[in-house]
Amino acid sequence: MTAQSGDPVLTAVEAVTPGAEAVPEQKKLALVASKGGLDEVYPILIMASTAGALGWDARVFCTFYGLDIVNAKRRKHLQVAAVGNAAAPPPFEGVPVKVPTIVGMLPGMQRVSTWFMKRWMKKSNIPDFEELFETCLESDVTFYACATTMGVMNVKQDEIIEGASCLGATAFLDFAAEADVALFV
Amino acid sequence: MTTDVQADQVLDCSGLLCPIPVVKTSKAIKTIEVGQVLHMIATDPGAPPDMEAWVRQTGHEMVAQATEDDKFLFWFRRTK
Repeated sequence: MTAQSGDPVLTAVEAVTPGAEAVPEQKKLALVASKGGLDEVYPILIMASTAGALGWDARVFCTFYGLDIVNAKRRKHLQVAAVGNAAAPPPFEGVPVKVPTIVGMLPGMQRVSTWFMKRWMKKSNIPDFEELFETCLESDVTFYACATTMGVMNVKQDEIIEGASCLGATAFLDFAAEADVALFV
Repeated sequence: MTTDVQADQVLDCSGLLCPIPVVKTSKAIKTIEVGQVLHMIATDPGAPPDMEAWVRQTGHEMVAQATEDDKFLFWFRRTK
């Protein structure tokens, strides 16, 4: 005898499968963070903390310059590039003068552009990098350190913040394959 | 703007931008009982679509929504 869709045995098995309706499956966000500029890590942390607030299982794979997000020392000194950013707005409100590229090339200008960025964020009541990162951790966002990047940049496990485990692309893709949303920043 | 809905807790997110209103609302809803109402106030122009999405994603109920000058007002009932 061959099994048919209306087979009473199959129907009975489906009916007693537990958890199908009782617990809605948690949504998953897979986020690859490949940049380490202060202006570039904000979108990552905003997306991740929002997903966490929604109760999603959000995981961030920190690779290449994005590794700085979980690098204990370097994460304290994230900066904004003073040159090469065509979208950089005029630094002073009401003064429609942008910083010429040649000025941005002067020593110390990266500190200045970083200072301006932090000032804009503060004025807009947006938490700083560390606060936003803490918000992510509070809602159980997971951060991974890319194993290959650690090798290439010679970053040791003890230089990575506690809680961020080392992972390879295969293991992350294994998670991303099941994710509802996958983003690359 | 007045509403008939009685709020059990008020959360003022005026002046705060994404993602903070959503983060704070998610935290605050856990501090009230199931069936109780959280009144949230925001000025972020992204708040109305964000909070509608928040309701869809979290399963809580938006009992009422209003605008008052530059403020967006929401009333959420905790459902679980």
